[in-house]
Amino acid sequence: MNDLIGVIVVLIIMTNFLLLAAGSLRASVRIISLQGLALGVLPLCVHQGGLTIRLLFIAVLVIILKGLVFPRLLMRSLRESGSARAITFYVGPIASLLIGIFVLGSSLWWGYVLPLPEATPYSLAIPMVFFTIVTGLFLIVSRRQALMQIVGYLALENGIYAFGVFFAQSESMLIELGILLDVFVGVFIMGVMVFHISREFDNIETSQLSTLRDWIHSRNDAAAKKDGR
Amino acid sequence: MTSTIAIAHIILALVASPLALGIINRTKATMAGRRGQPLSQAYFDIIKLLRKGAVYSRTSTWILRAGPLVTLAAVGICLLVVPFAGAKPLLSFEGDLILVAYLLGLSRLFTVLAALDTGSSLEGMGASREVTFSMLAEPALFVGLLALARVTHSLSFDGILYKTGVTGWSIGAPALVAAALFVVFLTENARMPIDDPNTHLELTMIHEVMVLDHGGPDLGFVQYGSALKLWLLGILIVGVASPNLAAASLWAREGFAIGGIFVLAVLVGIVESFMVRLRLLKVPQLLIGAGALSMLAAILVLG
Repeated sequence: MNDLIGVIVVLIIMTNFLLLAAGSLRASVRIISLQGLALGVLPLCVHQGGLTIRLLFIAVLVIILKGLVFPRLLMRSLRESGSARAITFYVGPIASLLIGIFVLGSSLWWGYVLPLPEATPYSLAIPMVFFTIVTGLFLIVSRRQALMQIVGYLALENGIYAFGVFFAQSESMLIELGILLDVFVGVFIMGVMVFHISREFDNIETSQLSTLRDWIHSRNDAAAKKDGR
Repeated sequence: MTSTIAIAHIILALVASPLALGIINRTKATMAGRRGQPLSQAYFDIIKLLRKGAVYSRTSTWILRAGPLVTLAAVGICLLVVPFAGAKPLLSFEGDLILVAYLLGLSRLFTVLAALDTGSSLEGMGASREVTFSMLAEPALFVGLLALARVTHSLSFDGILYKTGVTGWSIGAPALVAAALFVVFLTENARMPIDDPNTHLELTMIHEVMVLDHGGPDLGFVQYGSALKLWLLGILIVGVASPNLAAASLWAREGFAIGGIFVLAVLVGIVESFMVRLRLLKVPQLLIGAGALSMLAAILVLG
């Protein structure tokens, strides 16, 4: 079983690297869906107590939500916003990859200095969690499009979920369901917002949001400009 | 007995290495639905070039003439060190990993110097690109070798290759190293996703542009040297990916190692059939990605 956990952990780390290197929005949505699928299988391997109905239910729910529903939603808002397919960067993919390697090294160190009270079955688990969380945060600040910020948020949430899987093996099902519902609503609302941003500004670049002003004022300004001419 | 086998392996590499190029070309031709050139085309090319006379530009110095010789010699020395099919190589000591890596570096340095020596701006551009990309490929190679050295507790190729195997470690580190080495292999041999070996006189090419001013026997040496380099790096990948062969019989080991290199050549042909050359801006990304794979492998075995 440890072998399988190792494979999944390595897979999640590699999806993080892919997310950092990805150049197109479509590709990054696919990668985050792959990460979600890997994450969904994880609790089935980690729990030592065998397969219970509760566990299976959570796993299936996570696989459906993170592997299928969220990517669908993101793809749909990508299609409807009709924006450019290439990601625009504040920090380019090469620099991102280098930073990713550095972060992976540091999260290994964090894993050593911040050990869990109970030993985890797999030593690379906690570094993987840190790496996924920091990758998510980094994606949020280093990509210009609003859609990539949703992807970053999902990666961040994936990291926290993985931490929960390793740390709190007997977490209440109600809490997990509640978190999943929150994430679902969050992604849903963010998708709607991306659509509105793209309709307002003709693209989904967050740098444009700084020009956002009161609706009435901008309307009046525009009218004044028109009259002046 | 062991040294006889080692000498036989070196002779095999010297004789069979152009055949690997032929297999790559034949695979590409079959994929494209052509009959393709004969498998032994690389031999014909090299023999034809060796029989020609040499022409040197008056602006060039001895560096241009030394370049192909040093390249060939460096790769030849590497063949003495790297074991084939798990047999003991002629020359083996702790730290020969670094010797091989730097001999490859030396051969690259002389190719680059010879290109610069001709004074052609086009070749200078190719040299610049070659150095940039190999600078990025080197960490992938070194960190990958570090991971392997850590697992096998050995710093010589004799102790590392044909000892571990993809199934040997539960955590999958060798698969990562093999994948990273495959990217290094494609870069060092100027194969498709990084460089296009078939372009001539195009602004996009990297390796071919550096040898534009070599002619006759010099070009023959360059081509033979690159065939040997393909064989050498092929041994590395097969050696990393192979299971521990100590228990197998001599013929099984030999068959596995030779077959492995030819399968690798077919794989390169398939990659070249389905992929186009990456944009130059994308190449560093791929190489840093390979570095990340190596790093991950190292972390897996260190952690």
